[in-house]
Amino acid sequence: MMITIEMLNEIKKKTLKTMTLRLEKKNNGISSINKENVSDKKHVLICGGPGCHSSGADELKKRFEQKIDKEELTDVNVSIAGCFGLCESGPNIEIYPGGTFYSQVKIDDVDEIVEKHLCRDEVVERLLNEGAIKEENIKPVFEVDFYKKQEKIALRNCGIIDYNSIDEYIALDGYQALAKALTEMTQEEVIDIMKKSNLRGRGGAGFPTGRKWETAFKYEADKKYVICNADEGDPGAFMDRSILEGDPHSVLEAMAICGYAIGSDQGYIYVRAEYPVAVQRLKTAIKKAKEKGLLGENIFGTEFNFNIEIRLGAGAFVCGEGTALMESIEGKRGMPRPKINRTAHKGLWGKPTIINNVETLANVPPIITKGAKWLKSIGTEDSPGTKVFALGGKIKNTGLVEVPMGTTLREIIFDIGGGIPNGKKFKAVQTGGPSGGCIPEEFLDTPVDFASLGKIGSIMGSGGMIVLDDTDCMVDIARFFLDFTVDESCGKCVPCREGTKRMLEILERITKGKGTPEDLDRLESLSEAITDSSLCGLGQTASNPVKSTMKYFRHEYEAHVKEIRCPAGSCQELLQFFITDKCVGCTKCANNCPASCISGNLKERHVIDTEQCIKCGTCMEVCPVGAVIKK
Amino acid sequence: MKAVFFDNLAKGGNKMEFKFNWEGNKERVEQLNSFMKEKRYKKGALMMILQEAQDLFGYLPIEIQKMISKELNIPLSEIYGVATFYSQFSLIPKGENVIGVCLGTACYVKGGQDILAKIEEILGITIAETTPDRKFSIDATRCLGSCGLAPVMMINDEIYGRLTVDDVEEILNKYR
Repeated sequence: MMITIEMLNEIKKKTLKTMTLRLEKKNNGISSINKENVSDKKHVLICGGPGCHSSGADELKKRFEQKIDKEELTDVNVSIAGCFGLCESGPNIEIYPGGTFYSQVKIDDVDEIVEKHLCRDEVVERLLNEGAIKEENIKPVFEVDFYKKQEKIALRNCGIIDYNSIDEYIALDGYQALAKALTEMTQEEVIDIMKKSNLRGRGGAGFPTGRKWETAFKYEADKKYVICNADEGDPGAFMDRSILEGDPHSVLEAMAICGYAIGSDQGYIYVRAEYPVAVQRLKTAIKKAKEKGLLGENIFGTEFNFNIEIRLGAGAFVCGEGTALMESIEGKRGMPRPKINRTAHKGLWGKPTIINNVETLANVPPIITKGAKWLKSIGTEDSPGTKVFALGGKIKNTGLVEVPMGTTLREIIFDIGGGIPNGKKFKAVQTGGPSGGCIPEEFLDTPVDFASLGKIGSIMGSGGMIVLDDTDCMVDIARFFLDFTVDESCGKCVPCREGTKRMLEILERITKGKGTPEDLDRLESLSEAITDSSLCGLGQTASNPVKSTMKYFRHEYEAHVKEIRCPAGSCQELLQFFITDKCVGCTKCANNCPASCISGNLKERHVIDTEQCIKCGTCMEVCPVGAVIKK
Repeated sequence: MKAVFFDNLAKGGNKMEFKFNWEGNKERVEQLNSFMKEKRYKKGALMMILQEAQDLFGYLPIEIQKMISKELNIPLSEIYGVATFYSQFSLIPKGENVIGVCLGTACYVKGGQDILAKIEEILGITIAETTPDRKFSIDATRCLGSCGLAPVMMINDEIYGRLTVDDVEEILNKYR
């Protein structure tokens, strides 16, 4: 089937009518669309993001539909959309018009919502999201603190459209950018817009996308490839997953635009097998795009052909590295290649190849339709646009946020993220995954962009942000990341294969209380050597977690090796257990101690013999009054 | 993870040898053969074929690796190299129920390691091993992308979030 722009606009017009209510969310409450065109009275939107989906979004939808049938309500539309972002309070539900934001909705709550909200327009206050009530006023979802400071480009459709509906994607200007590129622009013009917008790669390194495309465009070859890198492996990062699951067509459209710009007719999406839901939704999306003629031969009646195939990863972190990923698609061990040639000249099967990250691609279509100036008006001079971050760890609002570049860490963690829960104190934020570093409190006002984070010893990376509080030991965090790198090192080059292993051994020694002050010097010199001599990015950045924690938290390392003490109280083998004067003398601890090293009489304070103690923590668990402490 | 498996072999510890049952797997072998015929001329077919075999048999028996080697005319050493590189491929059968404990950063700082220790204690096996009755095997996964629910584990396709050590036994019992 061949599609024309007129047909595309026809679908858009028709589908918009069924979506009008929901668009309130996109326009922050301003409903600019003619109300007469609205075909439904109410919309129930259920979050189908990774977190909420696994807490039962599908069952919620079913229950809603059953109950709505039973109440004989007409004109109510129930759909599941992509990730809303606020995973902490999932499963989340929004009801339009009005944008009422319900959280932690259980299947048994559905009947009440239908009876009160849908039938009688009464808000079910007990289910409202905590942030949606302020001084007894009910706020719509787009005015909740978590969302207020966000600006969405890559996630523009996530949480609004039904991810399985290509028509809903088209209704929100989907495939317009591809139509414009193919029918109104030359290849050079497309590349020119991308270059002028200065969109930088969101996968970590921040290489300008337009320049990359230009390199491949200028290199003549009989075959060129476009790869979407969806091998999202950084622990703590799940923005690519949310885009693939919530708005798969935006990635497909961008790949086709890239294909047109560089002169390629074949794209691959290399996606982790650990994301079965994403794979399924991508397959559906590709099928629907082909049926509509938006992928395949002679797209929009032009000479341009483009097809996309999915290739599954098989659980190797290093395959997120471009050349390793190509080796893997070629059916080999995913080991990085020496960078003698650029992949834009010699990539997959030796042909010019463009490899872009999911989030980068999701930014492309709006740049083509709205222009380079529009992107440059958002973010900073050096890093235009927005960035998606995955907030996790010791933070109140875990979830996905998209903010303009240049937003400070403090705004992200405290204003949007809601700060640290349980009355604990902020200690550091880890950005950039195993290649990044830990940023301490004094740099919280650093604006987040590519250059600023680099200056303070971390990296933007793919956008994982793990917040740590005062009970997290920084030496142990460094050890955790080294453990990860050792596991995932492919073994091709010696510095990474052997060096990271030695570093891990030293860190393990330190966290077990067997480290010496000389170990700290060894760690430093090994860090330098591995950074300088490894073959690929994985090895070159492997020591960043160690370097940054040693720089900002050296006193913690020193406490471990000099005083054999863990200031955060996290390294089990360095701890000592004590019983405070809260003790009521119930004898529970003494009776349960496997080493029989607790003594004391009934109704008197007990004492632990720290020499004999095996630090199992049983006494702390059984104590009814919390008198056992560790330090 | 692979290192653990080989260390065990070296120590003669949990050494698991499984003989491949050709008769019982006849249909699956046929399925794999027709899959190979269909894909063999596709570029980079080896990964897809190994993934299909892993899905069909639950692991990559050496017998099947030899069969693939012959059919595709790729040296066995190369196939073995690929099979041992990726953590999704297993050289021993996986259990009926595959438990994936997330050891990503968000889960780690929220106690994922304790969850894993509890599972290991209950089942008596460690990462990349299978219980002798083939009911369970444990995979360590790096981030399941459900950080909002940390700590998280996955049994087959079911995700369990916001876990505490005390939840583990009850959840495992559902699969016994």
